[in-house]
Amino acid sequence: MTPAIILSDALGGQLINLCAAIMLLLGFAMLAQRRILSLINLFMLQGAVLFTSTVIVAYTTHQSHLYWSAGLTLSLKVIALPYILHRLIRKLSVKWDVETILNIPTTMLVGIALVVVAFNVAQPISQLSGTIMRATIGIALACVLLSFLMMITRSKAVPQVIAFLAMENGLFFAATSATYGMPMVVELGIALDVMVGMVIFGVFFFQIRQQFDSLDIRHMERIKEE
Amino acid sequence: MSRLALIDWVLITALIWLALGIAGVFLAHRFTVISRVLFPLGAINSLVLGILALVGLLSETQELILPIGLPGLPFHLRLDALSSFFLFLLGATSAGISIYAAGYFRKSQSAVLGLQCLLYHAFLTSMSFVLLANDGYAFMVAWETMALSSFFLVTAEHRHPEIRRAGYLYLLIAHIGSVAILLSFGLMAGSTGDYTFDAMRQFADGAFWRTTAFLLALVGFGAKAGILPLHVWLPEAHPAAPSPVSAMMSGVMLKTAIYGLLRVGFDLLHAHTWWWGLLLLLVGLATALFGVVFSAVQTDMKRLLAYSSIENIGLITLGMGLTLIFRAFGMTGFASLALTATLYHCLNHAFFKSLLFLSTGSVLHATGERNLGKLGGLIHQMPWVAWLALIGVLASAGLPPLNGFVSEWLLLQSFLFTPEVPHGYLNMLLPVFAAAIALIAALAGFTMVKFFGVVFLGQPREEKLAQAHDASRLSRLGLLWLAAGCVLLGLMPNVIVSLLDPVMQLLIGFGRQLDARPENWLFLAPFYEERASYSPIIFFCGIVAMTLVSWLAVRRYFHSRAKRVPPWDCGFPLQTGRMQDTSEGYSQPIRRIFSPFFKRTRQHPSPFDAQPRYLSIVEDPFWYWLYLPVAWIVEQGTRVVDFLQRGRIAIYLLYSFATLITLLVLTRG
Repeated sequence: MTPAIILSDALGGQLINLCAAIMLLLGFAMLAQRRILSLINLFMLQGAVLFTSTVIVAYTTHQSHLYWSAGLTLSLKVIALPYILHRLIRKLSVKWDVETILNIPTTMLVGIALVVVAFNVAQPISQLSGTIMRATIGIALACVLLSFLMMITRSKAVPQVIAFLAMENGLFFAATSATYGMPMVVELGIALDVMVGMVIFGVFFFQIRQQFDSLDIRHMERIKEE
Repeated sequence: MSRLALIDWVLITALIWLALGIAGVFLAHRFTVISRVLFPLGAINSLVLGILALVGLLSETQELILPIGLPGLPFHLRLDALSSFFLFLLGATSAGISIYAAGYFRKSQSAVLGLQCLLYHAFLTSMSFVLLANDGYAFMVAWETMALSSFFLVTAEHRHPEIRRAGYLYLLIAHIGSVAILLSFGLMAGSTGDYTFDAMRQFADGAFWRTTAFLLALVGFGAKAGILPLHVWLPEAHPAAPSPVSAMMSGVMLKTAIYGLLRVGFDLLHAHTWWWGLLLLLVGLATALFGVVFSAVQTDMKRLLAYSSIENIGLITLGMGLTLIFRAFGMTGFASLALTATLYHCLNHAFFKSLLFLSTGSVLHATGERNLGKLGGLIHQMPWVAWLALIGVLASAGLPPLNGFVSEWLLLQSFLFTPEVPHGYLNMLLPVFAAAIALIAALAGFTMVKFFGVVFLGQPREEKLAQAHDASRLSRLGLLWLAAGCVLLGLMPNVIVSLLDPVMQLLIGFGRQLDARPENWLFLAPFYEERASYSPIIFFCGIVAMTLVSWLAVRRYFHSRAKRVPPWDCGFPLQTGRMQDTSEGYSQPIRRIFSPFFKRTRQHPSPFDAQPRYLSIVEDPFWYWLYLPVAWIVEQGTRVVDFLQRGRIAIYLLYSFATLITLLVLTRG
C-alpha cells in the first residue's frame, strides 16, 4: 500500500464533516419537501451519504467491521427500501402533495431551533468522545430531531414512515460518529427491525386505505375508544 | 463417537416431543395419523423419559450448557435428584394422558387438530425444560413457553365468550406470577448480575432481601399453583380446556410451580427462617380448606375437580411449610419425613387427579354434559370409565390401600412430631394444623362420594344418557395406566420412599429417615416401628378377604342369586330420575355450615308456582374482596390519565419528542 492513497486524518475529518453537512442539508430538504416521490429520492440520497461517510470512517480508522455496516446501509437504505417505497406508492397510487399540519416556513423555523438545541446538548458528549468525528455528533443528533419533527408534522402515513426511516439514518450516523459504530449484533438487529417495520407498515397502509379510503392518519382518531 | 450422558438423553426425549408437535402441523389434515401415530408416539416418549428420570434419581448430578439463546447467555441445564423426581412425575403421568388423548381426539375432524398437537407437545417440552433449567434466563423462557402453550390449549374453543374470559384471566394471573418470579431471580442475581442458579446459590445478602426474594417467589409460583388468593383462574381455566389438557395442567403443570418453589426456597435460598414455614402453613391451610369447601358445593364436575386441585396444592404447601419449620430448628430427620410426604403427595395427586379429569372427559365426550344435575347412572353405560374412576375417587378421598392415603398419613405422622419443636407458641399452634388436615381429608372424602355417586350411580337424570357409550380402547388404556399407578403407588410405599431418598439428601442433607429397609419391605414406619407403621399389602389382603367372606356369606345364607327389581318407589305412582338426591341437595349441609365462605344468591319458588324454578349461585368471595376492588382502582387510574389519549398519532409522537428533548436538556445540565 503506497502512502499516497492513505487518507490523512485531517483530510478524512474534512470529508466526514462535509458528509455531515450534507446530511443536515438533506434533513432540512426533507422537512420542506411536499412531494412524496422527491421525498423518497431525498431519503435515498441521505442513505448514500451515510454509506460514503461510513466507508470514509472505516478507511481512515481501519475499523474493518464498519465496512460491513456500510454494506448493510448500501443494500438496505439505498437500494431495498427506496425500491419498496417506490413500488408501494405506485400500487397505492399516492403521488399527491403532502398536507402538513404545520405550514412549511414555521416548521423550518422550529427545525432551526432544534439544531441549536442539538448542538448545545451534544457538546459534552463530543468532548468525551475521542474519535475523529466528534464534531459531527451534534449534526447527527440534529438529524434525528429533524426527522422526529417531520414525523409529527406530516399527516399522511407514507411520509411518516419515511421520516421514521430517516430518523434511523440519523441514529446510525450518531453511532458511527460517537463510537465507531455499535456492536455488530445491535446493528443487525436494527436492520432487521427496519425491514420488519417496513413490512408491517406496508400491510398497514393497505388496511388504512381500505378502512378510510385515504391514507390520511387523521382518520384514525375515529377508532379511539370513548 | 463418545457416549451420550444421561442428561443428553433427557434432552433428546424433550426435543422428540417438539418434533412430534411440528410433524402434527405438517400433517394437519391427516387426522388419523395425528391421533393414531403422533399421540401414541408421544406417550412412548413419555415412558422413556420416566425411565430416564428414574435412572437420574439414582445417579450423580449432571450439567450441560446449550449454545442456544442470546449471545453470551447460553442455556444452562442440570439434572439433579429434584428435577429427576419431577421429570419422573411428568413422564409417568403424561404417558397415560397422551395415550388417552390419542383416543379422545380420534373423532375430532377439525382443522385445528394439528395445531392442538403442536401446542400439546410444546407444552410437554417446555415443562421438561422448566425442570431442567439451571439459570434464570432458560427457566423464564421455558416458563413463559409453558404458560403460552397452555393458554392457547385452554382457549382451543375460543368462539365461546366464557372460554375467552377464562383464558384472559389465566394469562393475566400467569403474567403477574412471571413478573414476581423474574423479580425474585433479579434480587438473587442482583449482587453479581449472574443469572445462573449456581451464582444464585451464593446469594448472601441480608435477611431482608432474602425474605423479599422468597416472598416474591411464593407469589410467582403461587399464582401458577393456585395458592390463595391467586387461585381464581384455576376453576375457570380447567373446565374450559379439553380434558387431556385439564388433566395435564392439574396433574403436572401445577407441580412445576411446586418444583419452582422447592428449587428457590430450599435449593437456592437454603431457607432456614422458621416464620417462612409458618407463612407457608397458613396460606397452605387457607388454600386447602377453601378449595375443599368450594369443591364440595360445585355442580359442574370439572369445576369440582379444579377446586379439589386447589385443595391438594394446599396440602402440598402445608407439607412444605412443616418441612421448613423442622429444618429451621435443625430437626433434619423430621424435615425429611415431612418433605417425603409432600413429594409423595405431588406424585399421587398427579396420578389420581389426571385419572379423574380424564374420566370426566370421557363422560363429557359421551354425554355432552358437565352439569352434575343432568348426569347419573352412567356405570351401566360406561362400566370401564366408572370402575377406573372409582379407583381415582378412592385415592383422592385418601382411603387405604390406595396412594392418596399413604401421603396424607405420612403428612399427619410428621405433624405428630411437632411437640418436639423448641418454640413455645409454635408447638401449641401446629396441632391445630394437623386437626385441620384431618377435617380437609374428611371433606375431600365427602366431595368424592358426591362426585362418583351423582355421576355414575343411581338413575340417569336425562333421557339422552341412555345413549352414552364407553371410552374408546386407547382412552381406556390411558385410564388403566393411571389407575394402575394409583394402586401401585399405594401398595409399594417403601419403594417410592427409598427412591425419594436422593432428593432428601439434596435438599435436606439427611436421608434414610423412614424404616424402608429391604428386609422390612412389608411395613412403612416413620422412625420407630413401635410408634406407627402401615402395611398396605396386609391392608389390601384384609380388604379382599373381608369382601370375599361377606360375599360368600351373603350368597350362602341370604339368597342364591341377585335379582334385579325396580327400586322401591316410596308409594309414589310416578317416579323419574329427577327425584333422586341432587348434588345441590347433597352438599346443602356444607353450604349451611361453611356459609361465611360463600357469596350466595338464591331464589326460592313460591309454593303455588306452576313452573317452579330454583336458583342458587355460589360465588367466590375473593372476587368481591380482592379482584373487583383492584380492577376498580385500575379503572379509576386509567380514567385519570385518559385525557392523554387523544387518538392522534402526531400528539403521541409529540409526547415522545417532548420527553426526549427534556431528557437531553436535563442530562446537559
